Amino acid sequence: MENLLLMMAPLFSSKLLLVLFFGTLFGLILGVLPGLGPTTGGALILPFTMTLDPLSAIVLLTSIYCAGTYGGAITAVLINTPGTPAAAATCLDGYPLAQKGEAGRALGMATVSSTVGGIFSVIILVFFAPILAQLAYEFGQPEYFALAIFGLTMLASIGEGSPIKNLIAGAFGILISTVGKDFMTSIDRFTFGINELTEGIGFIPVVVGLFAMSEMLTQSTLINQVFNRIALKAIKLPSKDDYKKTWKTILRSSGIGSFIGVLPAEGGTVASLIGYSEAKRFSKKPEEFGKGSIEGIAGAEAANNAATGGAMVPTLALGIPGSATTAVILTGLIIHGVRPGPDLFREQPDFLYGIFGAMLIANVLFFIFGFFGAKIFARITLVPNKILWPMIFAVSVCGTYSLNQSIIDVWIMLFFGVLGFFMRRYGFSVVPVIIGLILGELVEGTLRQSLVIFDGNWLMFFTRPIALTFFILSLIALAFPLIRSKKFKK
Amino acid sequence: MYKNKKRANKSLPFFFRDEFKVCLVIILVSVALLITTFTFDIVPPILNRGIQPATFPKALLILIIVMSLLIYYLAIKNPWKVEKKLPKSFFLTLLSFFIFVLISKTLDFFLAISALSIFVSYYWGEKRIFYLLLVGIIFPVLVFIFFETILGLRFPPGIITNIYYN
Repeated sequence: MENLLLMMAPLFSSKLLLVLFFGTLFGLILGVLPGLGPTTGGALILPFTMTLDPLSAIVLLTSIYCAGTYGGAITAVLINTPGTPAAAATCLDGYPLAQKGEAGRALGMATVSSTVGGIFSVIILVFFAPILAQLAYEFGQPEYFALAIFGLTMLASIGEGSPIKNLIAGAFGILISTVGKDFMTSIDRFTFGINELTEGIGFIPVVVGLFAMSEMLTQSTLINQVFNRIALKAIKLPSKDDYKKTWKTILRSSGIGSFIGVLPAEGGTVASLIGYSEAKRFSKKPEEFGKGSIEGIAGAEAANNAATGGAMVPTLALGIPGSATTAVILTGLIIHGVRPGPDLFREQPDFLYGIFGAMLIANVLFFIFGFFGAKIFARITLVPNKILWPMIFAVSVCGTYSLNQSIIDVWIMLFFGVLGFFMRRYGFSVVPVIIGLILGELVEGTLRQSLVIFDGNWLMFFTRPIALTFFILSLIALAFPLIRSKKFKK
Repeated sequence: MYKNKKRANKSLPFFFRDEFKVCLVIILVSVALLITTFTFDIVPPILNRGIQPATFPKALLILIIVMSLLIYYLAIKNPWKVEKKLPKSFFLTLLSFFIFVLISKTLDFFLAISALSIFVSYYWGEKRIFYLLLVGIIFPVLVFIFFETILGLRFPPGIITNIYYN
């Protein structure tokens, strides 16, 4: 009861309500714009959060996360381009249904299923995050090392890309985290005599570079691309018949999305793909999928929004990001001096339940904004890239510079922009780099501290039951893409 | 609009194929970094706790090299999809990044943002003066003022910023 009251706290704070309002609005705009999205948007807004108190800052980031994930559906349905990667599966049926003149119905279903998925996942978050945090009290350095390894091996099954390429990208991310002074011995590593690098490479320049700048370069190859936009008259709430057809799918996908979200490093993209394929598998009319199936939209959208709450579980309980956007949120927490983990649950329940409550409200808010404002948000896609991207560049440069007031950070951002472009061009996802970067210090730190505890005996890792469980799970995570590809071949 | 002609990947000599070039670059960079790790200071045994500072990056780099060889081996059986040829607009945008670095280092940070914005917008097809001014001057000024006043940010010195800061 006490926790429920804490969750309702944002409703009674005009400041938090205002933050939620703008966060949701901003998240929706970011989600609608192809190439942007909650991860880039979160990274860009991070320097601004320095003017806010920690709770407001994280509420802003989480509301961007929730609304941005939903916003991608608007673009997916109307222009057949996912606003965010998590909305890719929504294109498969959303756009064909819109082509049949039922854009309003498609968006109505996307809005309802996203809201249900989002709220479902917040309930999961409220119940499971404290349990996971309680379990984490049993964790020592070796267990955290094994957990971080598990998180990294999960990168193998991110999206549909090559698992080995994902692992290379993850290892590269960890390598970036080793730049600068070694935290145990203060010895310089990969600094090449550049003083600014002794503090290491910041998270923001890498994220903004890999997401925003590489996308700008991608957009430069598409400047003559013409989108076939479908006009939206009005968004329609699903009919009784639609609800009958989809309620099971929405609930199933909400469960799938929440579960996938909880897994370290996985996120909305994987959740929506699995949610979609499971919706097809259980459907009475699987032949309609890909041709405008309302179940397809519900399956994908409920799952990707359910992953938002799920992904917050390991982020808050263990400090292991559940997705790329939660890696940004995790950075936000660290910047504001909040250390995620079990102690956070014991010492700052008001802070945590404030976030949970804010996520719940954000899900309701984007339903209202989406329902009444989808037509306006759809118009945002009309802003030409030749105007939009130079503006994003200006914000990216200033945002990156502002955090440490370092021009080197801006150059690092541009370097990662170019690198990210070529990575994506050759099938390397950039998300593992982010996850690797954020987990890098944890992996190395816990490994080295564990080896001190074990007196250099590596085999001792396998004598700890929890660590051993995570190592076995890591092996399963590595084998999963192989099993999946064999299953799809069949 | 640029044309994307499909190249016959299998008919190309192996050293012209994307998979070879990408794996080679990764391996070369990793080897160079691996060599660098041998220049890291070594902690005396009495101060060393656990492993040497160079050990972890070394292990990572070896892992990256092994995985790169593995993707190349797999690509021999299943060649990668042939990528589209990059258009001129890409190279111009890339060039604008370098111009940005050059101007921000030598002249002015704000001027560099303005120059890049106008350059990119123009080459991406915007010819109307008002919109060029909007992206190149009005918007960067607003961003500049916003960061300056809200975040109390002090931009690096330069021709224009010096005038602003008097």
